[in-house]
Amino acid sequence: MNQVLITIGVILNATLMYTPPLLFAALGSCFSEKSGVVNIGLEGMIVIGAFTGAAVGHFVDAPWLAFLCAGLAGGLLALLHAFATVTCQADQTISGTAINFLASGLSVYICFLLFRTSETMPVKSKLPRIFNDLFVWLGNNLPEGAAKLFRQNGFFDLVFNTYASAYIAFLLVIVVWYVFYRTRFGLRLRAVGEHPRAADTLGVNVTLVRYLCVILSGILAGFGGASITLATVSAFRPTIVVGQGFIAIAAVIFGNFKPQGAMLGCILFGFCNGLRVVLGSDAKISFTLFEKAVNIPIPVNIISMIPYVVTIITLVLFVGRARGPAANGKPYIKSK
Amino acid sequence: MTSEGNENRIPAAVEMRGIVKMFGSFKANDGINLTVNKGEIHAILGENGAGKSTLMNILYGLYQPTKGEIFINGKKAHIDSPNKAIELGIGMVHQHFMLVQPFTVTENIILGLEPVKHGVRLDIASARRRVVEISKRYGLNVDPDAKIEDISVGMQQRVEILKVLYRGADILILDEPTSSLTPQEILELVEIMRNLTREGKSVILITHKLKEIKECADKCTIIRQGKYISTVNVSDVTEHDLASMMVGRNVEFTVDKAPIQPGETVLSVRDLHARDYRKVEVLRGLSIDVRRGEIVGIAGIDGNGQTELVEILTGLKKATHGSVTMNGQDAYNKSPRYLYELGISSIPADRQKHGLVLDFSVEDNLLLQNISNRPYSFLGTLNRRAIHAHATELIEKFDVRPRGCETHPAGSLSGGNQQKVIIAREVTNDKDLLIAVNPTRGLDVGAIEYVHRYIVDQRNKGKAVLLVSFELDEIMSLSDRIDVIFEGKIVYSAPGKETNERQLGLMMAGGGEHHVG
Amino acid sequence: MSAKKQLESRRLSRNLHKIVSSSFPYTILSILVGFIAGGIALLIAGYNPLEAYASLFRAIFLNAKTGKLSTKSMTYSFIEYANPYILTGLSVAFSFKTGIFNIGAEGQYIVGSLAACLVAIFVKAPAWVLIPLCILASIAAGVLWGGIVGYLKVRFGSHEVLCMIMFNWIAFYLSNFIVNLESVNVGGGKTWTKIIPDEAKITISKWFPANVVSSNTHFGIVLTLICVIAIWYIISRTTLGYRLKSVGLNRDAAEYAGINANRCVIVSLAISGALASLAGGLQVLGVNYKINQFAAQESYGFNGITVALIGGCNAFGTLLAGWFFGAMKYAGTRMKVGSDRVPKEVIDIIMGCIVFFIAISGLFRAFFVRRIKGGDMF
Repeated sequence: MNQVLITIGVILNATLMYTPPLLFAALGSCFSEKSGVVNIGLEGMIVIGAFTGAAVGHFVDAPWLAFLCAGLAGGLLALLHAFATVTCQADQTISGTAINFLASGLSVYICFLLFRTSETMPVKSKLPRIFNDLFVWLGNNLPEGAAKLFRQNGFFDLVFNTYASAYIAFLLVIVVWYVFYRTRFGLRLRAVGEHPRAADTLGVNVTLVRYLCVILSGILAGFGGASITLATVSAFRPTIVVGQGFIAIAAVIFGNFKPQGAMLGCILFGFCNGLRVVLGSDAKISFTLFEKAVNIPIPVNIISMIPYVVTIITLVLFVGRARGPAANGKPYIKSK
Repeated sequence: MTSEGNENRIPAAVEMRGIVKMFGSFKANDGINLTVNKGEIHAILGENGAGKSTLMNILYGLYQPTKGEIFINGKKAHIDSPNKAIELGIGMVHQHFMLVQPFTVTENIILGLEPVKHGVRLDIASARRRVVEISKRYGLNVDPDAKIEDISVGMQQRVEILKVLYRGADILILDEPTSSLTPQEILELVEIMRNLTREGKSVILITHKLKEIKECADKCTIIRQGKYISTVNVSDVTEHDLASMMVGRNVEFTVDKAPIQPGETVLSVRDLHARDYRKVEVLRGLSIDVRRGEIVGIAGIDGNGQTELVEILTGLKKATHGSVTMNGQDAYNKSPRYLYELGISSIPADRQKHGLVLDFSVEDNLLLQNISNRPYSFLGTLNRRAIHAHATELIEKFDVRPRGCETHPAGSLSGGNQQKVIIAREVTNDKDLLIAVNPTRGLDVGAIEYVHRYIVDQRNKGKAVLLVSFELDEIMSLSDRIDVIFEGKIVYSAPGKETNERQLGLMMAGGGEHHVG
Repeated sequence: MSAKKQLESRRLSRNLHKIVSSSFPYTILSILVGFIAGGIALLIAGYNPLEAYASLFRAIFLNAKTGKLSTKSMTYSFIEYANPYILTGLSVAFSFKTGIFNIGAEGQYIVGSLAACLVAIFVKAPAWVLIPLCILASIAAGVLWGGIVGYLKVRFGSHEVLCMIMFNWIAFYLSNFIVNLESVNVGGGKTWTKIIPDEAKITISKWFPANVVSSNTHFGIVLTLICVIAIWYIISRTTLGYRLKSVGLNRDAAEYAGINANRCVIVSLAISGALASLAGGLQVLGVNYKINQFAAQESYGFNGITVALIGGCNAFGTLLAGWFFGAMKYAGTRMKVGSDRVPKEVIDIIMGCIVFFIAISGLFRAFFVRRIKGGDMF
């Protein structure tokens, strides 16, 4: 088997592993930002989702139920954020910061009560790899040349035989895009984010739309968390969520507040993260120059920096001023 | 008044009886009556803060009246939300447009009442057809696919009216609809209003401009300080009658202005070229001179380069070609600070955006340019006592209310008093050139008189004044010389006394030969 | 008589108004509510909250064995633990005041510690030269790290929050990279740097008799207090503060008035950066003496956001909030009911609740202010 192809396959597989948590959260962030609520608390909602997914998954052998519970937990936390920012017109940054604290505190605290340590026990079973049987079947039934690519540990198996959550995340990009730009709800939520007073005078319920969007963002972030603990790894520990929420927010700004743009941002981060994990600590660029073997070692930490540096360069060169929703971050005060 | 019920067999479209609205202990409306018949243009006249908007917000369901009854088409109505108002056929066009900038015209019109297919999918195609159909019927020319951020103010207003018609409104409330329109656009609006009443709709027109009322309204209800004053047939009264009913005293329309011989040239602009943010050339060889003791008014329709001219003169924007000199010194493409030091001060068009830091106290706002000067600061350290004393003096001198507002945030003052703070600051800066852009926009009659007096004072003190305004009346009553700007050039120039409204209107619309006097 | 009375009642109501409209009482209330919420969490878990809290406050002030008031415990709480939080809090508070949200304090903290550590390792000099040099290096690193973001914002219009999140991670991996360099690493397969020489240490514990101060009490706290006063002074008493605030509150008006807004944005971010990086520098010189390879972000910067918010974004408020936060961090791990150790995460729950209630207290404030004003909306 071609070694290069395998390596590429492994890296792409890792990309598909690291992208979904970001993507779920980023889509969530799209909802809340588009409706005019900045959700810094996304990080906390991922944490609580990751924990809930792992905890439920440990006690009940039903990964999908655990996945849904994680969304629910994220949604509940988001309800708190919605109450603070929409009903109480609180500063959205302050509320988000509080949510982050609350979420990590609650998760680890409850974890401690349940397991007497800050890590959960492993889940009973992970989310399924939905194409597992397909690739086995293809490997057995295709002609020899093609089967090579498809059978177990073949290129396509390596890349695409990943957990169901990854496919859900990418499908959701299309769903979210459709909701935003082709449905009544989407038109209203964008209007609320741009000009809430205009929407209000036309009978759109600004409060309801914002509540729904913030709660949706929490549910999606919760799914994102669960897609770490129910797919990537199989248990929760406090260091499992380290800034994914902020990266997701960054991806959304990077993608100019559009779901498809946010997806590109997430893939970039996911890819570099995959690259880092796969190449490990002893990555080298090796080639032959004038019949001498040249080995340039690339420190893993430098590779890790790539997505962040690339993001900044992209911002400087191409994106420039990201144009967010006009009323983003501002509470809507009805009677003025 | 009692005969009203007998004259019209058909019940009135709107009848509001004894409306009272309290905000805490403040009576915004105090027993107001209003009867609007079908097919009638009914003006509501009052100064800013008289309670016109409160009354209309009650009719539109945004506020609940503390006391009083509302009848729509003879039936008692309880309007507790805009949705209810829309159901009853009431539509409102707000003074500040309620349009979502990045949305298309069609999207803005259908928002809140969107046609859908299969329960979820937006049916933009049928929405668009309906928009086109309505706009044809009432002669409201719009491009249904254009984005709001790309269309003119006049078209934006037509979109607002379409929004209301799309919802099947029979009673249209227009809140200060002409405040940002050009004379031509105002004429078009009057025509649209006539079309609407011809189709049996009623129009309620909130305004404080007397001329418009005379021009198009059938009846007029006057409100003063929250109280009902009178309802009159517009054809029976003069503008002066209306004005004194509105203000409660006699009002002088003309500005006292002694003739004065202009001195040497202060500002001289030659062959100025500039592009806007879309890279379209908006100034195309503009030349202008302003002399001491002279008010030069720039008349023109919004979007002909006025904004860019002012931005270049105040250093916010760079020109691409040309020359600007100030008292003989080069002032072309310099920084705001440099131009200020050269002697240019300005009253900006948007006082909340450019004129004031609303969260700063009044005393801090009064020193936005001069905070680094002694005695207000020394070696980078503020002298709070001097800053406070300076504010106290100006608040007294320029009659800023409430008294003792030195440390209040500027945002807590009324619009007129905010403008007074800016004027106090700019006039006290005592620079050779004062640029005033729409200085009375959104102000009531009393405040307008006041602002005009200060502008003329500056001229009488031998300063040069460049007045940019979309209000032709204002230009005509203040200016010693009037320049008309059209498509980035001065196309007409004449002494203020030797021209008339018709001539100016024609030039502003790009008619007539291009001769610069 | 009646006029006098009226005047008096008006003055009373004005004072009442001042109290009701300031944020201080609501912060105190929020802290109380936060502890009640934490108490409920403790109750659910079966701990007696009163006992747990008693042990928490004992740990802050008292000696664990003798039960007497202990300066050692207090220096732990209020100097060793609190110092970095005060500075990162001050950094965030300053940025809020000037209209920017410095979410990049985390990265600035890291580059500050890195700069101080590298100078300490590589420069051979006596203490009176080396220490100021290390501190200046850490400040310079933060000025640079914050200033670059400011430059990107004004030059290219890059979104500063996004940039700062990126810069946090770049600093994170940069630090890990440098820690593992051969010339910096302590060697032997370990994942931390060489220990800084004694000449660079700012710890002053040995100046005191045993058990009077904590093991890493350092004079960095003096610098921190100077910073608190300096920031208060800059914000409220200088033309620089005036300009920075005006740009933060209304950039357009500031530019219109001839203030160089771009320069203000860069200066503001540079000062914020300097404060956060000083926190990192002092932590290396006074407490850690080395830098470990990070497994996860240490959150000094993110906690600075919390500290700034509890402190009402005011310099002295931030000082108090930093002390509070430091004490909670220190004593939180020493909370006990009987001999049972209470999970320290309850402190995070309490902090989260406090900030949450501070966030929604605006609603109550508006309500009370309106009540006091007698319903006058206009």
